Amino acid sequence: MPEPPRSACLLRVEGLTRRFGGVVALADVNLAIAPGEIVGLIGPNGAGKTTFVNLVTGFVGKTAGTVLFADEDITRLAPHEIARRGIARTFQIVQPFSEMTVLENVMAGALFAGRRASLKEAADAARHWLAFVGLDRLAQTAASDLPLADRKRLELAKSLAMGPRLLFLDEVNAGLNSGELRHALDLIHRIADSGVTIVIIEHLLRVVLSVVRRLVVLHHGATLSDGAPHEVLNDPAVIKAYLGTKFAQRHQAELESQRLKYRQQAESAADRAE
Amino acid sequence: MTGAPPATVRGALAALVPIAAVVAFGFVANNYLLQAGTTLAMSVVLCLAWNIVGGYMGYPSFATAALFGLGAYVGAITQNLDAPLALAWLAAAVGGAGFAGPLGSILLRLRGHYFAIGTIAVVEVMREIANNWDGLTGGAVGLNVPIVAGSPRAVGIFFYLAMWTLALIALVVTVVIANSRFGFGLRCIRQNENAASMVGIDVFRLKVGAFVVSGVITALAGAVYASMVAFIEPKDAFNILTSIEVPVMVMLGAAGTVLGPLVGACLYVLLKELVWVNFINFHSAILGIIIIAVIYAVPKGVLRQLHPARWPRLLLPRLRVRGS
Repeated sequence: MPEPPRSACLLRVEGLTRRFGGVVALADVNLAIAPGEIVGLIGPNGAGKTTFVNLVTGFVGKTAGTVLFADEDITRLAPHEIARRGIARTFQIVQPFSEMTVLENVMAGALFAGRRASLKEAADAARHWLAFVGLDRLAQTAASDLPLADRKRLELAKSLAMGPRLLFLDEVNAGLNSGELRHALDLIHRIADSGVTIVIIEHLLRVVLSVVRRLVVLHHGATLSDGAPHEVLNDPAVIKAYLGTKFAQRHQAELESQRLKYRQQAESAADRAE
Repeated sequence: MTGAPPATVRGALAALVPIAAVVAFGFVANNYLLQAGTTLAMSVVLCLAWNIVGGYMGYPSFATAALFGLGAYVGAITQNLDAPLALAWLAAAVGGAGFAGPLGSILLRLRGHYFAIGTIAVVEVMREIANNWDGLTGGAVGLNVPIVAGSPRAVGIFFYLAMWTLALIALVVTVVIANSRFGFGLRCIRQNENAASMVGIDVFRLKVGAFVVSGVITALAGAVYASMVAFIEPKDAFNILTSIEVPVMVMLGAAGTVLGPLVGACLYVLLKELVWVNFINFHSAILGIIIIAVIYAVPKGVLRQLHPARWPRLLLPRLRVRGS
């Protein structure tokens, strides 16, 4: 995939590196993401996926490299400043404000990064996003009383209430059953449709393939492959390091069937439109 | 907009009743009760101030005595320069802010136990400074403060009302904080600082801000106290017991609520007076036992324990039906 020109980038990461003592968690990663893209960031355990998000959001300090967001250098900004500029993330291990209600949790996102003027405005915005993720009935429940799937949705609603331009979803689907998963994927589609640029960090390739139009594979803290899903899955380096031949074939087949399904859906939609 | 007055008006009217009662009490009470009422007001002020940092923000501060003593000395020294009372108190407030800002910027980088120990150290250091800086503080001998003119009775009522006015101000500040973006941010910080910064909260600025607001109120209480007792000494102004009693009172009431510090201070002062009167020889030991008992019995505070939702469990702890 050709790199988008500099000015067309929403996020541009250059030479991003992080060492923990002698361990290199992320080594010289370059990545450019255009507005409106949905990118899947995949790789085996310990590949540096979450470290990448931690560095971009300022959660963990960078050893080297620069991060540009909407043409602004945000390399040295504090996490809250980065959040206020429009980068939101969900945590792989959910981090709710556990003594607060579900509604208050989402209000926090709306109130600070979302720059709502008052608590009341923030509450209105929070209700909207709770309805969006399907948690509106649990608005007054303590966040600590939610089951895992709902906590993940809460994390999502909180991030959305921040009004982000770029959203990192870090394993937001992990631990969900198939019904919950379908719901979660539907949400991701709807978020993408609203114009938010999304980076999905996932373990389950199947999940990513159904939503993304671009895949980035991290391996040992470096970019192994970057491109359209079918290209990346055919990349010998990816097959060798990550997928294995059998899985690569299986995923290819799945991708094909999904494309077929989308084409049929699009055609039938077009028919109906006529 | 016709008919019943809006909630804020009704709330203001409801607030006037206790205010009128407190003022009236000051004029009818005997000297002992007036004294006790003033002490209570001071406890309420210190508790409300501590509650901002220790309750809403969740930082276990023992810096109360440090800021109280600082306010007392700044006020006393300013009064000794022939400044009017109001100016001396203002100086204490400014001094409190000027001290709490830098101090908070350093201490609030620590969390949990480390922060608590850091604040205790500050009290000790401040007392040693007051003990040894003879030229400014009078050293260990103490410092006389000009006595407010007037009959003892009138002066007593004056300080009673001054302390309760300060308590009212602290209460209003607490209500404003509890209903503001600032207070909301403090509550987020208490629960999860990392998540707080990730939703765009300027964690450090909010923490220092809360520490300064709390410090200004505490220093003001110290200055009013110094003017009232007309003599301060380091072991009294920087008494670590102040730093310990205040959190106990707030926790007794319910930390992180508007009324918790008020209720807690009232209960504690009442308890203390009763113990003092009845067990003059063992009062410290008995008070200590009571403190421990309170912490075990009502760890989240009386207000939360007596919340209507908890009544059935409280009354019928063994009669709950399982698995309905």
